[in-house]
Amino acid sequence: MASNNDSIQKTLLVAILLCLFCSIIVAGAAVSLKPLQIANKQLDKNKNILAAAGLLVEGPSIEEQFKQITTRIVNLETSAYATDAELAEISAAGFNPEAFDQKKSSKNPKLSAKLDANKDIASIKRLEKFAAIYTIEKDGAVEKMILPVHGYGLWSTLYGFLALEGDLETVIGLGFYSHAETPGLGGEVDNPSWKAQWVGKKLYNSEGDLSIRVIKGKATPGSLHDVDGLSGATLTGRGVSNLVNFWLGKDAFGPFLSAAKAGGA
Amino acid sequence: MSLKSVISEPVFSQNPIAVQILGVCSALAVTTSLQVTLVMCMALTAVTACSNVGIALIRNHIPNSIRIIVQMIIIASLVIVVDQILKAYAYEISKSLSVFVGLIITNCIVMGRAEAFAMKNGPVMSFFDGIGNGLGYSVVLIVVATVRELFGAGNLLGFEVLPLITNGGWYQSNGLLLLPPSAFFIIGFFIWALRSWKTEQVEQPDFKILPNTVNSEQH
Repeated sequence: MASNNDSIQKTLLVAILLCLFCSIIVAGAAVSLKPLQIANKQLDKNKNILAAAGLLVEGPSIEEQFKQITTRIVNLETSAYATDAELAEISAAGFNPEAFDQKKSSKNPKLSAKLDANKDIASIKRLEKFAAIYTIEKDGAVEKMILPVHGYGLWSTLYGFLALEGDLETVIGLGFYSHAETPGLGGEVDNPSWKAQWVGKKLYNSEGDLSIRVIKGKATPGSLHDVDGLSGATLTGRGVSNLVNFWLGKDAFGPFLSAAKAGGA
Repeated sequence: MSLKSVISEPVFSQNPIAVQILGVCSALAVTTSLQVTLVMCMALTAVTACSNVGIALIRNHIPNSIRIIVQMIIIASLVIVVDQILKAYAYEISKSLSVFVGLIITNCIVMGRAEAFAMKNGPVMSFFDGIGNGLGYSVVLIVVATVRELFGAGNLLGFEVLPLITNGGWYQSNGLLLLPPSAFFIIGFFIWALRSWKTEQVEQPDFKILPNTVNSEQH
């Protein structure tokens, strides 16, 4: 019955109608499910913040557990908590300081700046002016501090959280909530037994230099600063090492951490 | 061709993985845990069934010259919708499935059924053909995932069944089962078992090796 199916008109007509119809379905699904997906992402991020700090427990909802955490904005240029004027600046740029989307702010020219290639060991290209950190505070003193970190691995930018004890020298945990490394190789950064190695590592050596790193192969048992590399994922391991060093270093949270340790924050 | 045979044939007699050896790639990748596998099976069954319906509905209007592209567009749209739904309602699982939901697009089962069945049959039959083939795929994946999760990690659906030595139990887990090659072995055993049961699936050898003959000219 369809002898003219292969005419040019019919071919074009079918192609165009089908594309229109499919695009409506795809766009409809994407738009209508977006709010749920954003809520899920935020929930997942909060869950990862709790997990990095080792606070995640079964039972109470994530919202309930997240109440113990204070979100604070740090100005990475002045290395201090953002002032009210700076918070207003963030709001003016269309961001919510309460649930600051740091990832998105790195694309906003008002809230980020290009990073010099020689400083950019984590290959992030642009450094945000403000970072959202998460603290657990008791009687005004910081008990735990969770810093956002990100940087390039092998295929993708890894986004995660590094949690520190109140002394700002001891690692409580490191966890990534978003990456696209090879499952089974670089993807093993999500492996609980690998992540467990970070617990208790010290950031600085006896001279006060930043010396935490991921090495290739096995770290010597009892090492305070070295974490085992992931087999088959040397480049991802190097990326993790670089990003941790960048974010704790002098171009990112380094000065802020020193000031906080000295009691300035 | 009855409705019953359309659904039941692909499960064992014409199993897409074990007999047609299609869609093996995702069978290797997602079968380390049973829960993820179940979601993957549902996603693939839904996509195969719905894409079959879509293609069967317009099969008399698809120009022959662009029919593969038309099939791909329908399949790809459905996969994106499924991926969006998973991200909205099953975020954790969608994270562990990562790229493999997207890769349903290239799963040979979906494309194969569209080309082989839906282009020639009505929408209702095509729908159930999709369900049947999805079930056939699911049977193999569930078997593989059960073996891999149970003996590789000591769990089933996340519950501890065999307490691991590392957690103070008695079971020494088999790490190989958590790596992709083990799925190959298990699928191999599955095909062996299936062909011992349904001997008509055994293929005739393409050639026979002759008994030891002296063939000195070749040396």
